[in-house]
Amino acid sequence: MYSEKVMDHFSNPRNVGEIEDANGVGQVGNPKCGDIMKMYLKIEDNIIVDAKFKTFGCGAAVATSSMATELVKGKTVEEAMKITNKAVAEALDGLPPAKMHCSNLAEEAIAAALSDYRKRNGLVDLNEGEDCTGECSCCHHSHGREEDFEEEE
Amino acid sequence: MEDRTVYLDHAATTYVKPEVFEAMKPYFSEHFGNASSIYSLGRDSKKAVEESREKVAKAIGAEPREIYFTGSGSEADNWALKGIAAAYKKKGNHIITSAIEHPAIMSSCKYLEGEGFEITYIPVDSDGLVSPEQVRNAIKDNTILISIMFANNEIGTIQPIKEIGAIAKEKGVLFHTDAVQAVGNVNIDVKDLNVDLLSLSGHKFYGPKGIGALYIKKGVKISSFIHGGQQERGKRASTENVPGIIGLGRAIELATENLDEYNKKLIELREKTIEGLFAKVPYIRLNGHRHNRLPGNVNISFEFIEGESLLLMLDMKGIYGSSGSACSSGSLDPSHVLLAIGLPHEIAHGSLRLTFGDENTQEDVDYILEVIPQTVSKLRDMSPLWEAVRDKK
Repeated sequence: MYSEKVMDHFSNPRNVGEIEDANGVGQVGNPKCGDIMKMYLKIEDNIIVDAKFKTFGCGAAVATSSMATELVKGKTVEEAMKITNKAVAEALDGLPPAKMHCSNLAEEAIAAALSDYRKRNGLVDLNEGEDCTGECSCCHHSHGREEDFEEEE
Repeated sequence: MEDRTVYLDHAATTYVKPEVFEAMKPYFSEHFGNASSIYSLGRDSKKAVEESREKVAKAIGAEPREIYFTGSGSEADNWALKGIAAAYKKKGNHIITSAIEHPAIMSSCKYLEGEGFEITYIPVDSDGLVSPEQVRNAIKDNTILISIMFANNEIGTIQPIKEIGAIAKEKGVLFHTDAVQAVGNVNIDVKDLNVDLLSLSGHKFYGPKGIGALYIKKGVKISSFIHGGQQERGKRASTENVPGIIGLGRAIELATENLDEYNKKLIELREKTIEGLFAKVPYIRLNGHRHNRLPGNVNISFEFIEGESLLLMLDMKGIYGSSGSACSSGSLDPSHVLLAIGLPHEIAHGSLRLTFGDENTQEDVDYILEVIPQTVSKLRDMSPLWEAVRDKK
């Protein structure tokens, strides 16, 4: 049911771990729902120079975390903020419909880490989902993108 | 340690034993006759079907005429519930079941609720046991059926079927048990247990898929579920699945002959696995009753990791198991059984079910006791939940 790329990123996840001197850290998800993603970013001169993650979750959650860290590396903060859940899923050659919420989590994890970075640096928080509890995928709160859930049974 | 393939999902399905396959073979192309036909080719099939019926009856202490072949265990469950509901609806509309039944029972109950039946779902304790007293207290004047599974497919807990059977008999309520996981693993005598209906399925004890049976005690009324010809004493239409029926008969015969030896072997493998994992891995929990469980069932929750990831990683090491996590079920909720025994969601997500069978060996257990702790540790190193625990230490 998973693409080869998902299985590759699951079995050999890129960038697992923590960054000790990270200046943007975000955690989303809820253990109750079965997935939590924590993303660490190291940002220098507005460029993401390093990204690492820790994830509790299914195969798709691990693979999307891995892919998300790959996608943000080398990007500017503004570019990274534009990475959507769909972009993460597409980079993995797609996800089964029931697993699309995992890609939401990846997008949210990036957003949360960037939001943390902006706060630490006294910048305006551009992330509209500031009050997000991080339980989006669980409670079908999808940041307004209901189409992500259409295919779910 | 050398890599190997270890199949540990016998509760999902078993392979077909060579003896069973051999018994079935002549009934595909050689003795292919329709068991309802009058000529000798048909009579051969009919005779073989009836011999198989005798074998199934003998295995559970029933009369041959009380055995009705079905297309699966799920069909037997559906028929038992809907057939009894329809036949006894004038007497009452209340059915008692448990909170941890197989989806074949759960979904049939939901369907019957929509048809105006009232269903009581008896909760279970933390070991997954149904209290017979709670069943007794749930019986009302309009109760027509009690349906409690013999042994749970996920956590392996074996229910006090005899006690519940005695209560049902005393109160004059029909008693059905879904024994799909129990037949071939537990000694069953329907008369001794006071069971009125019992479901079983061939592919759980080295028989073929697509064949099951429903035991219906003589005198119990039941509405037909599949209407058509006069097969199965006019109660279940469909041309007999002759090879399947032959396979079921041979498989149940083999299973009952070797039951004690088989149980002894499985219990050894189970205990070695449980003890080994508890000795090697911290923060784990055994789900289901410690002793009163299916001989081959191990169900363990590993905190701070998620079950589907664990299954995928074990698969890469040749270990085939199953999980009650949401992600492996395709829904967002973890198993209703694990929630019913009181597991918090986050722990239910990290469950692993291993079910042993015929071909498993001590070496298989040695192998999984090497691989599982390593895999759990790898996933925990990746888990932000574990990070928090580690930092506290």
